[in-house]
Amino acid sequence: MADYTSLDIVQRSASTDQPPTVRSKTEVAKLIDVSRCIGCKACQVACQEWNDIRDTVGENTGVYDNPHDLSAKTWTLMRFTEYEQTGGELEFLIRKDGCMHCTDPGCLKACPSPGAIVQYANGIVDFVEENCIGCGYCIKGCPFNIPRISQEDRKAYKCTLCSDRVAVGQAPACAKACPTGAIMFGTKEAMIEQADHRVVDLKSRGFDHAGLYNPLGVGGTHVMYVLHHADKPEIYANLPNNPHISPLVNFWKGGFKIVGLASLAFAAIGGFLHYITAGPDEVPKSEEQEAAHDAEGYTK
Amino acid sequence: MTNHWADIKHADVIVVMGGNSAEAHPCGFKWVIEAKVKNNAKLVVIDPRFTRTASVADIYCPIRPGTDIAFLNAVTKYLLDHDKLQHEYVNAYTNCGFIVKEGFGFQDGLFTGYDEEKRDYDKATWEYEIGPDGYAVVDPTLQHPRCVMQLLKQHVAQYTPELVERICGSPKEKFLQICELIATTSVPDRTMSSLYALGWTHHSKGSQNIRAMTIVQMLLGNIGMLGGGMNALRGHSNIQGLTDLGLMSNLLPGYMTLPQEREVTLADYMSTKRFKPLRPGQTSYWQNYGKFFVSFQKAFYGKAATKENDWAYDYLPKLDVLAYDVLRAFEMAQDGKISGYVIQGFNPLMSFPNRAKMTEAFSKMKFIVVMDPLQTETARFWQDHGEYNAVDPKAIQTEVFELPTTCFAEDEGSLSNSSRWLQWHWAAQEAPAEARSDIDIMASLHLRIKALYEKEGGAFPDPILNVNWPYEIEDAPRPDELAREINGYTLADIKDASGAVIPAGKQVDGFAQLTDDGTTACGCWVYSGCFTEKGNQMARRDNTDPGDRGIAPNWAWAWPSNRRILYNRASCDPQGKPWAERKKLMEWNGSRWVGFDVPDYGPTVAPDKNVGPFIMNPEGVARLFVRGLMRDGPFPAHYEPFESPQANLTAPKIRGNPASRIFKRDLAQLGEPKDYPYAATSYRLTEHFHFWTKHARVNAILQPEFFVEISEQLAAEKGVSRGDWVRVWSPRGSIKAKAVVTKRIKPLMCDGKAVHVVGIPHHFGFTGSTKPGFGPNSLTPVVGDANIETPEFKAWLVNLERTTPPAVPVA
Repeated sequence: MADYTSLDIVQRSASTDQPPTVRSKTEVAKLIDVSRCIGCKACQVACQEWNDIRDTVGENTGVYDNPHDLSAKTWTLMRFTEYEQTGGELEFLIRKDGCMHCTDPGCLKACPSPGAIVQYANGIVDFVEENCIGCGYCIKGCPFNIPRISQEDRKAYKCTLCSDRVAVGQAPACAKACPTGAIMFGTKEAMIEQADHRVVDLKSRGFDHAGLYNPLGVGGTHVMYVLHHADKPEIYANLPNNPHISPLVNFWKGGFKIVGLASLAFAAIGGFLHYITAGPDEVPKSEEQEAAHDAEGYTK
Repeated sequence: MTNHWADIKHADVIVVMGGNSAEAHPCGFKWVIEAKVKNNAKLVVIDPRFTRTASVADIYCPIRPGTDIAFLNAVTKYLLDHDKLQHEYVNAYTNCGFIVKEGFGFQDGLFTGYDEEKRDYDKATWEYEIGPDGYAVVDPTLQHPRCVMQLLKQHVAQYTPELVERICGSPKEKFLQICELIATTSVPDRTMSSLYALGWTHHSKGSQNIRAMTIVQMLLGNIGMLGGGMNALRGHSNIQGLTDLGLMSNLLPGYMTLPQEREVTLADYMSTKRFKPLRPGQTSYWQNYGKFFVSFQKAFYGKAATKENDWAYDYLPKLDVLAYDVLRAFEMAQDGKISGYVIQGFNPLMSFPNRAKMTEAFSKMKFIVVMDPLQTETARFWQDHGEYNAVDPKAIQTEVFELPTTCFAEDEGSLSNSSRWLQWHWAAQEAPAEARSDIDIMASLHLRIKALYEKEGGAFPDPILNVNWPYEIEDAPRPDELAREINGYTLADIKDASGAVIPAGKQVDGFAQLTDDGTTACGCWVYSGCFTEKGNQMARRDNTDPGDRGIAPNWAWAWPSNRRILYNRASCDPQGKPWAERKKLMEWNGSRWVGFDVPDYGPTVAPDKNVGPFIMNPEGVARLFVRGLMRDGPFPAHYEPFESPQANLTAPKIRGNPASRIFKRDLAQLGEPKDYPYAATSYRLTEHFHFWTKHARVNAILQPEFFVEISEQLAAEKGVSRGDWVRVWSPRGSIKAKAVVTKRIKPLMCDGKAVHVVGIPHHFGFTGSTKPGFGPNSLTPVVGDANIETPEFKAWLVNLERTTPPAVPVA
C-alpha cells in the first residue's frame, strides 16, 4: 500500500497561521462504484463499529433507508432511489452518502473556530471536536449537507474518512467491509484510473453517460462516485449536479469579513466621536424612578 | 453447489432465479461482481420483486411467485427449437438416447400411474427399457419416439413464450431476451452459472424447480464446467453440514437412508442398494454403499456392531412413514401425539407454517427444551405480548426448559459452506455465564439417559447402552475427537489400493479405504479425508491458486475427496481433452487425469473405456429423465401453488402439486382467490440473519421494523400511503405491518388479469432490539414439496387493507 499516512495539516479553520511545511502530498481518495453496490449496508455497520457510534433504533417509514438521515451518530448512509427511465425501465439506485472530503471544503471555510476543522495533506477533511463551538456554520458551508450537530455535546460530527486508520496505512472501515469492492480506497490518481476502467465497462453495457463524479466546483473531492448516469447526479438521492460553496460563505469569509471589520471600526470611531462631541449619555431622573417602580412590582 | 463460490468468477452468464443472492449472500456475491468486472459476465435476475440483486443486473424479468417451471420449461423448448445445445456433451453425457418403457405418458397434467386417493404415483412405467443383456436400451440417433430426447421435446412443446406470459406474467420480449443470452452458453467455451436458494425450494414443487434448470444446464453442457453448475446457496453457514450429516428424520450421515419398517433385516435393507450399473462398465459408485454403511455402524456402535448381529442393524429405528418431517411432526403434536420437543438452534414458532397451529401444538406438549444462545419467540410462545402473541398463559401448561448454548464465536469446530468446504474455526472468546456448547449438552443428556436405562432397564436399552463413546472427557467430547471419528479410522490392519498395509488405529485417507468387513469405522463417508494422519485438513489456510482457476486446493477441505467442482470429468470431451482451453480444469495425459482439480473419476481410467462422468449414477450419465427417483414426475411440469390467483392453464382441474401430501385440516384451511386475491411471497432481508441479528443493536438500527412491500398500484387501490399500517390476512392468521410502497413490485399481467404481489419479510418477532413485529408464517399454508416436504413459504394468497397500529399489552 502506498504511504497515505501523512496527517500533516495543510488547512486549518479560522486561522491565519497555516502550517509552513508539508512532508508529502500524496492525495488519497475513496471511490464508490455505485454500479457495484448492492445496498447491503455493511459500510454502515463498519462505520458504527469502528467509530463506536450507535444511533437510536428507529422505525420503518415505508422505505429501506435506515437510519433516515445522517446524524452525529450516523456518518454514512445508503440512500435508495427507485428511478424510472423514460422508457419505463426501472433502476434501483443505491448511493452511500457521507462526507465528500472536498479539496476546497466549504465547512472549513465557514468555520469561525480556530482549528475546529482541518485538512490534511492527503486531502482528508477532519473535525477536531475539542475546538468546535457548535455554531453549525459548517452545515451552512457544506454543499452536500453532511455535518450534523450532536444534541448531547453540541459539537459537529461527520465522516473522518477513518483518518485514524489511514494514518497507520489502513483503508477506511467501510472500504474494508464492502463485500463487492464497490468501495475502493487508494491514491486519488489510482482511483481516477480505476474509475476510467469502470466507465468503459458501463458504457459497453449501454450506460452511455457513465462517468466519474469528482465535482470541480469544490476543487474535486476525495470521495468520488462512479455513476451510470453521470449526466444526472441529482437522480441519486439529490447528489448535487454542480456543487459549490454557498456565496454567503464566500462572502462571509471573504468580502464580508473586511466589510465587517470595517464596520466594527467605523462603529468604534463613531462612538468615540459622539463622546467627544456630545459627551456621556445621561438618564433623566423620571426614568430612573419608573425603573425602580417596575422592579418593585417584580419582587412582589 | 456443484461448483463453489470462487468459481462464479469464471461464469459468462449468471442467472439468479429462485434466490436473491446480493441480499441473502452479500459476501459470496462478490464473485458475481468479480465475474461482471473481470470476465464481462452478464447477470440475469428473474424474481417477483426488483431486488437489490436486480439493482446490479443486466436484465431483470418479473415472474409470478410459484411459476418457475413454466418459465424454465419454455427455456428448454427455446433451446431445442433453436438448436442451441452442446450436442456432443448432451449425446455423450446425458441419458437423452435412453429408451423409456412403453406405456409412459403425460396427459392433463398427470404422468402415468396417478392414484388420486393416495396423491401418489405408481411409477412402474417411469423406467428405461431393459435389453436382453440386462442393460438399458439406448438409441444413439435419438430418433426413437420413446427415447428421452423425443419425450423431452414432447413434454416441453406446450411451453411457448406466449404461455410463459400468460402464466408467469413475464413479458414475452424479456423472456426471449433472456433465452437468447442463455443460449450463448451452448458453445464449449462459454458457461452459465445458476444461483438459487430458498426461492426455489420453498414450493410444493421445489425439487422440480431445480430439476427444470438442471435440464437447461445439461442441454447447454454447463455441468462439471468452470463457471457453470447448479449452485444452491445455503442459508446458514453450516446448513450444508446439516444435510451432509443427515440431520433429517429419514437419513443417515452421508446421504444414506434410515431403514423403512418393511426392511426387517440388513439383507432386506441392502437389497434396494445394489446400484447395478445400467450400462456396461459404468462406475455406479453407490455400489460401495455396504462399506459406508458398515463403517458407519462401527463408528456408532463400536464393538457392539458385529458381523453376527448384522452390524447392529436392529439398533437402528425403522420408519413406518416416509419421513417424520416437521409438517408431520406438528400435525401429530396438534393431535397431542408428541409430548416433548427438543429445539436446538432454531425458532419454529416463527419459522414453520401456520403459526396458530404451532402455538396450539406447543400448548399440547408436556415440555419443550430450547437450546439457543439467544432469546427466541418459541421459548416465549406462552407469554402474552398483545397482538404480537395473543395467548392466555394461564391456559398453557407446557413446561419450558431453556439451555443457553455457545454461539459460533465461542466454540471450535468445522462449518460446511455452500461450496462443500469444511472450514475449521476456533473459539474467539469464552462463553458467558452458564452457556455450554451444544456438544456438551447433548453428551450430558446422553449420559444421563444411559444411566437411567442402566438403572431401570427398559423395552430395548441396547441401542442406548451400546453407543460407542470413546471420548477423553465423557460429558465434553472435543470437536477434534468428533472430526477424527467422522473422517474414519482403521480397526484392524487393512490394505490400501496399492496393497500397502495400513495398521490398525490409523486415520483413513479417504472413503476409498473403507471396508464392509468391520475393519474400518467412519462417521460420515462423504467427509472421509477431512482429518487424516496428515492432520486436520479443514484447518488448512493456504490460498495459493495454481492457474488462477479459483480452486485453491490447499484452502480448507472440500467433500468429496477435496474435489472443488463436481462432475469435472465432463469439463473434457469424451476423448479427454478440455472442451475449451479457457475452461480447462483437467485433461487425460495418456496415462492419468491431471489438472487443477481432483478428478471426479477414476484417476487412471482411460477415455476409451467409455465410463460416463456421472459416476454416482448407475447410467454413468446425467438424467434429463429421472426415472422413478422423484415422487412427482420424471420431468418437471407446471403446477400452480396450492393457493394461487390463477387456475393451472395447462391442467385446470389440478390444484397444487398432485403428488404433494396435505393433511385434512390444512386442506380445509386453504383460501380461494375471490377472498384472498393477492399473491404473497416471503423472503429475507440483507440487514438481518434469520432471528439472530434482531438481537444486535447495530442490525436493528439498519432495519428496525417489520414491513410488507406492495406496488404503488395496489397501494392506490387500497388507499395506502408509504409508512401506513396495513393488515394482511389469510385463512390461517392476520398480521399488521408498515407498508413499503414501491415501484419495485409491479402488478403482473397474467392471462389478461392484473395480479398484485405482496412481499412479506422474515426476521421479526416479539423479542430482540428491533420493534415488535410478525413473520410471514402467521399466514402461510401447511403443505410442502412432494419429495422433501419443504413448506410452500414462497407462494400463497392473502388479502390486505389499511389499518391502525397493533395493540401492545399494558406493562
